[in-house]
Amino acid sequence: MSAVLLDHITKTYDNGKVLAVDDVSLQVAEGELFGLIGPDGAGKTSLFRILTTLLLPDKGQAAVRGYDCAKDYKIIRSKIGYMPGKFSLYQDLTVKENLDFFATLFGSSITENYALIKDIYEQIKPFNDRRAGKLSGGMKQKLALCCALIHKPEVLFLDEPTTGVDVVSRKEFWEMLRQLKQQGITIVVSTPYMDEAMLCERIALIQGGKIMSVDTPAAIMAQFPVKLYAIKADNIYRLLTALRTNPTVESSYAFGEYIHITLHENATIAGLQQQMQREGHTNVAAKPIQPGVEDSFIRLMNQA
Amino acid sequence: MKQFLAFIRKEFFHVFRDKRTLLIMFGLPVVQIVLFGFALTSEVKDITLTIVDHARDVNTRQLIGKIKSSSYFIVSEAPLDDNGIADAFKKGRSRCALIFPANFGSDLQHGGKAQLQIITDGSDPNTAKTVINYISAITTAYQQEVSPAARLPYMIVPETRMLYNEEGNGSLNFIPGVMALVLMIVCTALTSVSVVREKELGTMEILLVSPFQPLMVLIAKAIPYLILSLANFILILVLAVFVLNVGIKGSILLLFLESMLFIITCLSLGLLISNTTNSQQTALLLSMMGMMIPTMIFTGFMFPLENMPLIFRYISNLIPSRWYFLVVKAVMLKGLGFEYVWKETLVLLGMTTAALAVALRNFKTRLS
Repeated sequence: MSAVLLDHITKTYDNGKVLAVDDVSLQVAEGELFGLIGPDGAGKTSLFRILTTLLLPDKGQAAVRGYDCAKDYKIIRSKIGYMPGKFSLYQDLTVKENLDFFATLFGSSITENYALIKDIYEQIKPFNDRRAGKLSGGMKQKLALCCALIHKPEVLFLDEPTTGVDVVSRKEFWEMLRQLKQQGITIVVSTPYMDEAMLCERIALIQGGKIMSVDTPAAIMAQFPVKLYAIKADNIYRLLTALRTNPTVESSYAFGEYIHITLHENATIAGLQQQMQREGHTNVAAKPIQPGVEDSFIRLMNQA
Repeated sequence: MKQFLAFIRKEFFHVFRDKRTLLIMFGLPVVQIVLFGFALTSEVKDITLTIVDHARDVNTRQLIGKIKSSSYFIVSEAPLDDNGIADAFKKGRSRCALIFPANFGSDLQHGGKAQLQIITDGSDPNTAKTVINYISAITTAYQQEVSPAARLPYMIVPETRMLYNEEGNGSLNFIPGVMALVLMIVCTALTSVSVVREKELGTMEILLVSPFQPLMVLIAKAIPYLILSLANFILILVLAVFVLNVGIKGSILLLFLESMLFIITCLSLGLLISNTTNSQQTALLLSMMGMMIPTMIFTGFMFPLENMPLIFRYISNLIPSRWYFLVVKAVMLKGLGFEYVWKETLVLLGMTTAALAVALRNFKTRLS
């Protein structure tokens, strides 16, 4: 039995005018840390809301731990933890009051599953009596995670938990997810950050409501079909415009201080480099690189 | 049950930590009572009256003494001519003038008939009429004193009484109206806003995803406001009794229960409003505009319903506060028992059941 099952799910808004999720099928295994990777508006939140029984799909079936999301929504609601994308705690209640409230609401108590949240809660415990609205972004996130975990859910849904959180807190947060996974909780997490994709066991790349690829991050990167190069010059903008019109270049996009390019068959990177220098670009440097998840994503996106 | 109590506790935290909510909740009734009780009174008091006495005899002295001893007038006596009076009116120093002609006393005693002139400020006809009535009443009373009734062959003496309000306390009519108005605004606005706030903040998503019964969310939301509104009701009663000297003639228990019913009506309307919108502003606007204005106009405490065109009278039947107003007037002011207000109670009960049923039915167990 898979922890999460989506079978040909389609969801539209405004009476079918806006297509949010387009015929999506995927499975998440028990105890897996699964990532939904995609830009804003890709349909991640819609999928989460369908799985957390907050929305009904137009077509298809969704199930969590074998329970149907439409029919058995009451059972599912007692088994899952959910952290919506928007910060969803009571700003005018203190840290402890929030935690207490959500623990009671889900039929549990802080002490009952304290071991589960201990590592996270210890970090915000000094601010027990502070109102949630006055916490920093990272601490809010930790508190929200505590609140989602306090009833020991079997499946945890985290919708963009690290959006708007600083780099250090993001790292800590993923560390916490790894620890939770070791306790046997299935975690489905969504993020627009490609670097976080590497931290998931398996990922689904989603764009425009469609799943482009589902696999481990390593496999997705290994599936990159051609050689990828990074190239740079003194005037990076002029170089990019030149590459865009060059017939030997298959694709090119800016990536940090480099431009990532793939070439058509029969073209060589050395030839391109020489051609660029002849066209007046200075300090042209190029090297072959390992494709990352983002490169795979962009390639899949352009193919679609 | 534990979840339910935790939820109610949380709601109380919200109320007590939000100064604006508290201010609306408990500031509004105080302001309304003070406004309606003292500022917006329809009683005519302290009228500036100029007396011009050309006669200066025993009779005019006695009559002026009577007028002065009534509490309605601030009397100034001046030897003014006609122009002087016009001037005093224009400058607002006087709203009424009383002129005794020379020979007032001797005309009265020898001719058996004397005249006096009352001039009032007709730009405010209601006050002017009231003033004329006051002075006429005083004059008539004086006339009977000086010339006993025996001399006249026939005489009709009207003995008037204002039932339930012998001393003509003007606050009396306003108190039930203010009670209806305040409870209406506070209950509908605060409940609808508090439900919609959860939607706006996104906490509604978590509440729905929890195993807590979705319908219980609404019930748990309403209960704190029911308790607070009852406290509010008691506050209004205390203010009415001790500040405005309006006594409670009927059963306090009956009044309390009827008010509780009305509060539940308002809470149901608040929940109904919260179903229709996702923004706090809209909810507030709907409950303020949608509830306050009909309450002010169609309850009957500001504008008499009897004078309205038929269609408006029909519309007024749909306004819950209209029925509550009748109940409070009957129980609080007239001291009547349940047997006189059961019809109104039944109407309120019907409205509550309908509103609550629709609100609970429309509450979504999912986001859309």
